Amino acid sequence: MNKVKVAVIGPGNIGSDLMYKILRSQNLEMALMTGVIESEGIRRAQGLGIPTSIEGIEAVLAEDDIRIVFDATGAKPHLRHAPLLKAAGKIAIDLTPAAVGPYVVPCVNLEKVKAEPNLNMVTCGGQATVPIAYAISRVAGARYAEIVSCIASKSAGPGTRQNIDEFTQTTAKALEVVAGAQKGKAIIILNPAEPPIMMTNTVYVQVEEMDEQTIRASVAEMVREIQTYVPGYQLRVPPLIDGDKVTTIIQVEGAGDFLPKYSGNLDIITSASVATAEKLARQMLSEEEMSA
Amino acid sequence: MSTGSFVHIVDTTLRDGSHAVSHEFTAAQVTAIAGGLDDAGVEYIEISHGDGLAGSSYNYGWSTTSEEELLKAASKVIKKGKLTVLLLPGIGTVDDLKMAAGCGAKVVRVATHVTEADIGEQHIGIAKKMGLMAVGFLMMCHMVPPEKVVEQAKLFESYGADYINVADSAGAMLPEDVKARVGAVVEAVKVPVGFHAHNNLTLATANSLVAVEVGATFLDAVCRGLGAGGGNTQIEALVGVLDKAGYQTGVDFYNVMDVAEKLVEPIMHRPQVVRNAPFMLGYAGVYSSFLLHTYRAAEKFQLDPRDILVELGRRRMVGGQEDMIVDVAYQLAQA
Repeated sequence: MNKVKVAVIGPGNIGSDLMYKILRSQNLEMALMTGVIESEGIRRAQGLGIPTSIEGIEAVLAEDDIRIVFDATGAKPHLRHAPLLKAAGKIAIDLTPAAVGPYVVPCVNLEKVKAEPNLNMVTCGGQATVPIAYAISRVAGARYAEIVSCIASKSAGPGTRQNIDEFTQTTAKALEVVAGAQKGKAIIILNPAEPPIMMTNTVYVQVEEMDEQTIRASVAEMVREIQTYVPGYQLRVPPLIDGDKVTTIIQVEGAGDFLPKYSGNLDIITSASVATAEKLARQMLSEEEMSA
Repeated sequence: MSTGSFVHIVDTTLRDGSHAVSHEFTAAQVTAIAGGLDDAGVEYIEISHGDGLAGSSYNYGWSTTSEEELLKAASKVIKKGKLTVLLLPGIGTVDDLKMAAGCGAKVVRVATHVTEADIGEQHIGIAKKMGLMAVGFLMMCHMVPPEKVVEQAKLFESYGADYINVADSAGAMLPEDVKARVGAVVEAVKVPVGFHAHNNLTLATANSLVAVEVGATFLDAVCRGLGAGGGNTQIEALVGVLDKAGYQTGVDFYNVMDVAEKLVEPIMHRPQVVRNAPFMLGYAGVYSSFLLHTYRAAEKFQLDPRDILVELGRRRMVGGQEDMIVDVAYQLAQA
């Protein structure tokens, strides 16, 4: 089967985890890992026989047949990369907080935004909780959605720590824009317990119309859909009803590709990114088949 | 004993006490209590949702009156003291801090779990730029050894914190634990050090006294002990005890007793008694504000609240994880 060539910018933990997931993909070819200095991540990619570069974005722009680019750098570099990638006709999948393009949560709104040249992956908490809030809002309406994400301290990198407000604000906004809640709120907690805890997420939704059976069925269906790209995504507490409040608790265990299993928070954002790219790639390939 | 030395009192009745009244303080109550505390000479008067700015939520309980309204009410009556707010990064944001400063807040205490000070760097830095006094507040200090508390206190100091507050958020410390942790931080940092006690093991006043004996110069306290779990150090008792021990606080003993008895006691939902469950918080090392949420979950799932608390302690849950009370209750009920 034909594959679409992709590149990863930023060979850190996230970039390396992306690389392992792309290597398993049926539709994506890991054509380039690029950074700005010689690093462990670059050497790791070389060890797997993947072309590498330390020329950053320039190396990506030099390759015409790279069509999808994962940016796992930071907000500032991505603001510089985004227009360059767009001008070169490459689709950017943005794992940084830059949010140049619309938010995408693949099991919720990819169909709506798939024509965009730049897709932002929200936050780890957003990838874990927006689908549940959406599953409830699509059948019962959501006046308000509130989420609490708890992640292992070891799994929260310096980027998250230095700007934790960015997590709460972006996730809250995605609950509104993507999940369809009239108002969103997000809370993040870091827990340093040893052995590290799995990521847990609680989703509270104030619904417009309470129908327990329908809500439970909608959530169960959504959980199955997420499990197609995040096998360790599990319902801990199925929707509990209390007046017009629905409480759902889910747990995310990582696949353990490159990051440890407790880093479900990172796994879900890399998995969602790769799932997004795979859908786009399948579409590109089928369009080419038809025009061929 | 450092006879004659000064201890700064931070009253947190209208913040930690917010838990004990399920976040139902009204503007009229805040006006009366904050005004009374200011008259009595209390230097710092903290007002926020119990879980800090923007804590009003499903997870922590809804405030019946917005923080903005309460802060504005307090600001009008606080003349000598400093209006203080609490902010937990991950819950409240810089936007909430700006709102509070706009309402007259002069001090922000930035609270993180004892191992996570770096998530507060941004907020301390911005608070300082805004001209606020900024405090690094380390929660759940009983969970780690003194060296770890020191490491994190130094981080807060490096971000520009004006003092470091060591908090026994689970009311789990024995006097020797306080002595080791507060003493070590006093030795390690150049800024002043404070202590925040909970009375879950009925040691709040004793532990506060131990903290000043090893060099703390800021103490948190509340009228009638009104606070999360077993409550906090009772301010009127603390002022009397410190006076008896030869410390100055600048707080008028009779006046603060009157605020407690005439203004706070009548609005309490229940006497601040250390019943079985609050005692278990201290015994199991569980965050004090979990108490009322645990009672509710125990009722809903027909469980003994003590079983829920012990399991939360075993799972090493930290402050803010109120959602896990339902998780634990649900899992126990399935067993």
